[in-house]
Amino acid sequence: MDTINDRLVIAGREFKSRLWVGTGKYKDFVETKKAIDASGADVVTVAVRRVNITDRSKDNLLDYLDPKKYIILPNTAGCYTVEDAVRYARLARAAGVSDLVKLEVLGDEKTLFPDTAGLIEAAKILIKEGFIVLPYTNDDPIVAKKLVDIGCPAVMPLAAPIGSGLGIRNPYNLKIIMETVKVPIIVDAGVGTASDAALAMEYGADAVLMNTAIAGAQDPLAMAEAMKYAVWAGRLAYRAGRIPRKLYATASSPIEGML
Amino acid sequence: MFIQVNGESRGIGEGQTVAALLHELDIRADRVAVELNLEILDRKDFETRSLREGDRVEILSFIGGGAE
Repeated sequence: MDTINDRLVIAGREFKSRLWVGTGKYKDFVETKKAIDASGADVVTVAVRRVNITDRSKDNLLDYLDPKKYIILPNTAGCYTVEDAVRYARLARAAGVSDLVKLEVLGDEKTLFPDTAGLIEAAKILIKEGFIVLPYTNDDPIVAKKLVDIGCPAVMPLAAPIGSGLGIRNPYNLKIIMETVKVPIIVDAGVGTASDAALAMEYGADAVLMNTAIAGAQDPLAMAEAMKYAVWAGRLAYRAGRIPRKLYATASSPIEGML
Repeated sequence: MFIQVNGESRGIGEGQTVAALLHELDIRADRVAVELNLEILDRKDFETRSLREGDRVEILSFIGGGAE
């Protein structure tokens, strides 16, 4: 299968890469840029924060990530209320060039699990204002369906808590989400290593978003490259269709012609 | 007169515009969002919008972040 033409389309936008990456936790912008390039990702998620007005020597992230080359996906990371998430989404739109937002409404600081009631409420408000809302949600098929019903063009269920590296905690729920909703599924958060990303894609995810798994690896650039291949390998395997699991052996060599 | 910029008090000239403030702070207008007293400003209004005593200005931009 041709990976080049196997493009992901969300709300009429075409995405080259099925690996999306975060830009946090790198040692500097140079490393950020190198890791993103090694990952081949064309979607990069960024946070919105106050500009440091006392120390202007600090570089701007967009000096390293040209918005013409990458799709900048602002997120509402750090928002625990509907009001905050909506405010940050509006600020992101004002600071950027598009209506895309990765919507996060977090439930608590320990788990960073989404507050799904708040998420649905915030998504409704932003969709009404013309945002393309990509919601970071729980691995809950009912919530995923509700998000699609109110107009989210994709859903982003977690694999495990953000930054935990635990991998896919509930593959069965993810599979149910993939069967239930007819929009792209981007597995977001919790990936630890390449096999986790491959597995998500083999289950039928349309893309995987990660940050810590790459930025926190001992060699982020090597892990970024590993993730690039893992995502494509998983995608290709999904499209190829795996063999069914069987309890007993089936010989690969013919019996005929044996002495 | 004094205004609040990103939570810090700052003295500025009478009738200074948002664009002039950004220029003074060496901030590129096309890279930021500006919130004036909780109202998000349209970038094209930076040149015309004047600041008043006690205004609260928030200047934000994109930084590295995945999710947290």
